[in-house]
Amino acid sequence: MRHIISLLMENESGALSRVSGLFSARGYNIESLNVAPTEDPTLSRMTIVTNGSDEVIEQIIKQLNKLIDVVKVLDLNDGRHIERELMIVKVKATNKYRDEVKRISDTFGGRIIETAETTFTIELTGPSSELDDYLASLDKTAIIETVRTGALGIGRGDRILKIQY
Amino acid sequence: MKPEIITGAEITIRSLQEENVEFVFGYPGGAVLNIYDAIHQQTAFKHVLVRHEQAAVHAADAFSRATGKVGVALVTSGPGATNAVTGIATAHMDSIPIVIISGQVPTHAIGSDAFQECDTVGITRPCVKHNFLVKDVNKIASTIKKAFFIASTGRPGPVLVDIPKDITSETAEFIYPKTIEMRSYKPIIKGHSGQIGKAIDLLINAKQPMVYSGGGAVLGDAAKSLTKLIKKLDLPITNTLMGLGGFPASDENFLGMLGMHGTYQANMAMQECDVLLAVGARFDDRVISNPEHFLKNPKKIIHIDIDPASISKRVKIDIPIVGDVDLVLIDLLKAYQEVEKNHNKKLISPWMEKIKNWTDTDCMKYKDDGSVIKPQFVVQKLHEVTKGDAFITSDVGQHQMWAAQYYPFDKPRRWINSGGLGTMGVGLPYAMGCQLAFPESQVACVTGEASIQMCIQELSTCKQYNLPIKIITLNNRYMGMVRQWQEFFYGNRYAESYVDALPDFVKLAESYGHIGMKIEKSSDVEGALQEAFSPKLKERLVFMDFITDQTENVFPMIPSGKGLSEMILAKDE
Repeated sequence: MRHIISLLMENESGALSRVSGLFSARGYNIESLNVAPTEDPTLSRMTIVTNGSDEVIEQIIKQLNKLIDVVKVLDLNDGRHIERELMIVKVKATNKYRDEVKRISDTFGGRIIETAETTFTIELTGPSSELDDYLASLDKTAIIETVRTGALGIGRGDRILKIQY
Repeated sequence: MKPEIITGAEITIRSLQEENVEFVFGYPGGAVLNIYDAIHQQTAFKHVLVRHEQAAVHAADAFSRATGKVGVALVTSGPGATNAVTGIATAHMDSIPIVIISGQVPTHAIGSDAFQECDTVGITRPCVKHNFLVKDVNKIASTIKKAFFIASTGRPGPVLVDIPKDITSETAEFIYPKTIEMRSYKPIIKGHSGQIGKAIDLLINAKQPMVYSGGGAVLGDAAKSLTKLIKKLDLPITNTLMGLGGFPASDENFLGMLGMHGTYQANMAMQECDVLLAVGARFDDRVISNPEHFLKNPKKIIHIDIDPASISKRVKIDIPIVGDVDLVLIDLLKAYQEVEKNHNKKLISPWMEKIKNWTDTDCMKYKDDGSVIKPQFVVQKLHEVTKGDAFITSDVGQHQMWAAQYYPFDKPRRWINSGGLGTMGVGLPYAMGCQLAFPESQVACVTGEASIQMCIQELSTCKQYNLPIKIITLNNRYMGMVRQWQEFFYGNRYAESYVDALPDFVKLAESYGHIGMKIEKSSDVEGALQEAFSPKLKERLVFMDFITDQTENVFPMIPSGKGLSEMILAKDE
C-alpha cells in the first residue's frame, strides 16, 4: 500500500543522503521524496511517499527512527490527513488546442501561469492522483514538459508533527 | 578558570583523554600528522602502531568486545580510511562500540580530488551507527563527546569522526562537555512493565518453553541476570554464535549453540517450543534459517531487545520488550517473584524428557582413529590446556565453528569473533586487542591457514608490543568452509578453494621474532599445546601450525534456506 511518511530531522549536511541511503541499502521503494527547512531553521521536514506491505512499512518507520539525525517520524496514513502536490506543466497550445487545454485546466482548478505563442504553462495542486488524472485528460502528444514536487502531507485537526521542547 | 586555547589536534587528544581512553590503535599519514604530533607529547593513553589500518579497527573492536569499553582507532585520509572500512563494517554488524577518528584533506581542498582524498563520511555512512565531518575547530570536543555517547548507548555501534587537517592546526578554547543531550537520539532503556508481566505469565504456563540469547545479552552485560532467571525458572537455553558465554556452557540447562552449525537438541527445541524467549538476538538467517519453516510449529515469541528495529524484522513477535536487556531481565525476575507460587515446574517434564532424547543423539561426536589430527580434537585439547579460561578469538570458516562448538565458554566476553559480517582476517588483530586489554590472560587465536594470511602482517605489531598470543592454525590446506559447501552443493568441484603455495609458517613466525611449531601427529597435539602455554613461553607469541584432516566437515549443518529441523548430521559408521 502507498504510504506518506513525514519526518523531522536535524538540518545538517548529509542528512538527506542518510535517508536516501537507507532506502537504497534496504531495498525500499521511494515514489517521491521532498525536503525543506521548517519554521525552525535547525529542522528539516521530509515527506517520503513509499510503497510496501504493512511489515515493510513498519520496518521503514523503525529504520528511519533509528537514524541519529531523525527527530520524529509520522506515518500520515495512520490517520486522517491532507495530501497535496504541486505540478507545473508545459503543454502545446496551438489554435486548435488552446480552448481545450484551458477548459480541462479549469475543471481541475489549474492556473495558467504563462501563455506563449504556442504553449501554456499551467500550475496545478492537489493530491498526486488528481495530478495524474489531469495529465491523463490531456492529449498525450500535447504535453511538452512536466515537473512535480512529489506529495506533501499534513495531519488533519490535532494530528501534529512537531517537537515538544 | 579560563579555558585553555589549544590546537584542534590537542583538543582531539584531550577529548580522548577525557573519555579515559587507554589505547588508540592507529597508523599515521599526512592528514593526521598534527594529531600524531600531539600524541607524541602525551602519555595518558598508549598508541598501538598496527601494520594495516584494517587491523587497527579490528583491534579496537576486540578491545571493546573483551572489556565492554569503547575502542578507538585513528587512521589517515583516503586509503587510511578505506582500509579501515572492513573493520568498521565488521564492528557495525556485531554492534560493537568503537570510535574511529579519520584525517581528512584540508577543508579548502575537499571536493577537489586532492591527494589522499576520499569521501570518508559518504563511504562509511552505510556501515556506521553515525558519522561526522568536523568543519569547525570549536566543534571537535562536542563532536567527540557525541561520538562516544552514540557509540556506547542504545544498540552500540561504530561512530566515525572525520577531521580535516587544517582544523587540527587551528586553535580554540578547550571545553569538554560533561553531559550531552540530543533531541534526535534518546534510546529506550526501561522495558514496558505490562509487557514484562505478560511475558512471565506466558513463560510459567508454557508446556514447551525455550530461551535463546544472543550477542545483545553479552554486550548488554546481562549474563548474570540471564543465568539467574534461567536457573530460577529452570528453563532450557541455547546461545547464538555471538551469544556464547552469555550463559555458562557447562550448566545443565544449556543445550549448546543453535543455528546453521548448532546442536541437534538446540535446533529441535527452537523448532518445537511453544513459548520462546529471545534475549538480545535478532532471528538472523544463520540462526533460524528459513522463517516460514521456523513458524510451522506455532509458538508465542517474547523478544527483548534494545533496538526496536530488531523486533518483528524477520519473524513476527507476540510480546516485544524494548529496553536494556539487563534491566529488563532484572524486571522479569522481580515480576516472577510475585507469581512464583503459581509456577508448576513439573509442567515441562515431558518437554525436558524430549530434549534429553535429542541430546542423547550426541550430535557432536566425530570419528578419530588417531591417524590424522582432527581439528575438533585440537580445540578440545586447547580447552583442557587453558582450563576453559582463555580469551579465544577466531577468524571465519570451519575453524570458527569448531572453536564455537568444542570450546565451551562459561564467561561472557571470552569468545571474540566476527559473527555478522564474517570477516576473514580478524583473528590475529582481535587477539591483539584482547591481549593488550588483559596482559596477564591467556589469549588464543583459532584460525585457518587461509584466514591467518589476511592479516598476517600483524605478527610484526605483536613483536613490537610483546603480545604473547598463541596462534592455533588448523591447517587443512583448504578454505575449509568453501570446500565443504562445494562438496555438499557443487558436486565436489573445488573451485579455487585449495590454498596452494603456503608459506612455511614456522619460519615465517621465526622471521618476525616469534616461535613457530608444526604439529603433524595427533599424539603430539596435547604436548605442543602444553608447551606453548607453559610458563617458559608465557612471554612469547607461539604460532602453532596444526596439519589437520583435509576433508573434515562441520556437523550438524542446516543447508541454507532449509528449516531448523532439517539438519545434516555426521555420517554414522
